[in-house]
Amino acid sequence: MNVADLETVLPFLLLATGGVALLLVDLAVPQARKSLTGWLAFVVALAAGVSALALVSGKTMKGFAGMVQADAFAYFADVLLCVVAALVILLSLRYHTARGLMRGEFYPLLLLSLSGMSLAVHAADLLVVFLAIELLSIPLYVLSGFARPRLESEEAALKYFLTGAFASGFLVYGVALIYGASGTTALGDLRAALLDNPALTSDALLMAGLALVMVGLLFKIAAVPFHFWAPDVYEGAPTTVTAFMATATKAAAFLALMRVVAGFAALSPSLAQPFEVADALRPMLALIAAITMIVGNVTALAQQNVKRMLAYSSIAHAGYALAGVASGDATAVLFYLAAYAFATLAAFVVLIAVGSTEGNEDHRYEAYAGLGRRAPLLGVIMALAMFSLIGIPPTAGFVGKYFLFRAVVASDLTWLAVIGVLTSALSAAFYLRVLMVLFMREPETAPEAEPAALAADAPRMVAAYVSAAAVLLIGVFPSAVLALLTGGELVALVR
Amino acid sequence: MNDFLPIFVLLVLASGLVSLVLLISVLFGPRRRARNETKLQPYESGMRPIGPAQRRLPVRFYLIAVLFILFDIEVVFFFPWAVALRELGWAGLLSMLIFIGILEAGHFWLWRRGALEWEKMDK
Repeated sequence: MNVADLETVLPFLLLATGGVALLLVDLAVPQARKSLTGWLAFVVALAAGVSALALVSGKTMKGFAGMVQADAFAYFADVLLCVVAALVILLSLRYHTARGLMRGEFYPLLLLSLSGMSLAVHAADLLVVFLAIELLSIPLYVLSGFARPRLESEEAALKYFLTGAFASGFLVYGVALIYGASGTTALGDLRAALLDNPALTSDALLMAGLALVMVGLLFKIAAVPFHFWAPDVYEGAPTTVTAFMATATKAAAFLALMRVVAGFAALSPSLAQPFEVADALRPMLALIAAITMIVGNVTALAQQNVKRMLAYSSIAHAGYALAGVASGDATAVLFYLAAYAFATLAAFVVLIAVGSTEGNEDHRYEAYAGLGRRAPLLGVIMALAMFSLIGIPPTAGFVGKYFLFRAVVASDLTWLAVIGVLTSALSAAFYLRVLMVLFMREPETAPEAEPAALAADAPRMVAAYVSAAAVLLIGVFPSAVLALLTGGELVALVR
Repeated sequence: MNDFLPIFVLLVLASGLVSLVLLISVLFGPRRRARNETKLQPYESGMRPIGPAQRRLPVRFYLIAVLFILFDIEVVFFFPWAVALRELGWAGLLSMLIFIGILEAGHFWLWRRGALEWEKMDK
């Protein structure tokens, strides 16, 4: 271990130390001033984001005997994760006070979960992937039950914990089988071993291990058929946690997934792709992507609850990003995830604003009737978010989908791109339904909340402006984001 | 077959030792004739072993058990570290100090939050 090793995971170290330190600092913060803990967490998250931004470079570095890896993809994901977490913290301050959830442990747990995500995007070894996935999950189990004693929240925590623990079991068993078959858990060594010994590619043990690892990771990104936990957990968890899970967790798990897929690339070294996807994996990934897009969008169509609709929407978008993974274009996938994250965050701003003012947390469509006229600003932000999620220019979602489908077509998966475009068109039905309710429907009962109260909270509005601006700016100037992404290598070549 | 010889020796030694202990206790142990109810229970002092199976237990036991398992498992890491300490050198010592620091941070938090107070937990 030396200083250069520490540099490869600097954002992770900042977040983990900050999280543990904040846990202790919070003990001295009186209950009435818990937002102080929130602001400190905000500073830690921003510091980690800035450190990642400062470290961004085209070269790939390995650290801790090849366990972790720092490259442009990892730092890009770090920046994205830290910005998302900082925005979630801004959203939480008022929401938690209003809902009586103001417990200081929220922010340290958020930081610790974030540190797990940061480690996941730097992982270059299957064991680190497993460790990071656990580190990001365990605080999330607690966070999703944070609205205790609200029954839905407790149910969400238990469901997420039980299914998540089960999925982790698959993951670690898969790692064990891969180790048994190849004698290594390092993704770079695995790739080298597969290049050296092509006979290994048809090894049943290795394939079984790969399948099990895939199950564990696809569970985290909520791809069909491993998505059953997502709607219930997303609906039951406090809305701030849902926003965090739907954006940051997904981005981190996707990059870990792509690193694993790239580690198996040597299964078919002939493919000329940005990163090679093994022949054995491509049909599986493409099929799951197709099913996820179809099931996510069709089920979202039937929802009567905006929060639940956004849960299915997040499943559907996992399908789009997974299509990108099948095509082997990590840049397109990460760009898409950034676009999706900011649009989803903007949508959750509106949900959180409503949840912070009204007595009960009612996310049925009817509850939003006329909101766009009572609080025009929230209405406009929601409109922007929905347009971006559909993929209408000039929003980020359009550029994201453009890059993604272009990559999918370029890798001879045209049928998958066709499904993607068709389901995107279908998704307009439920995204636009939100806007229709927001602007064209009279509220059932006289609104209790004043429009002023809806827009009153300054930190929340800052988060709203930042995410809405990000949706627009990424849509108009995609090259600035792409510049951050150049030079990433999913698995640095070992020789 | 030779590989299993130590196991058989161990088996013989173990059963021999147990028989010896039992024999000594029969030969030299005190023989109380008191046949009251308490004396005849499996555990002279402790929980009542007979009763309905779905008995309610205070949830504190659960919390303490969870905490015990957490710290127990973390402390298990000391064993492999202690064995390899000489090869690991100063870096190993430093790593373990950081590990203990994190462990103690958790312990301190639990203590300050009152998770270890048996009496105050009711409130």
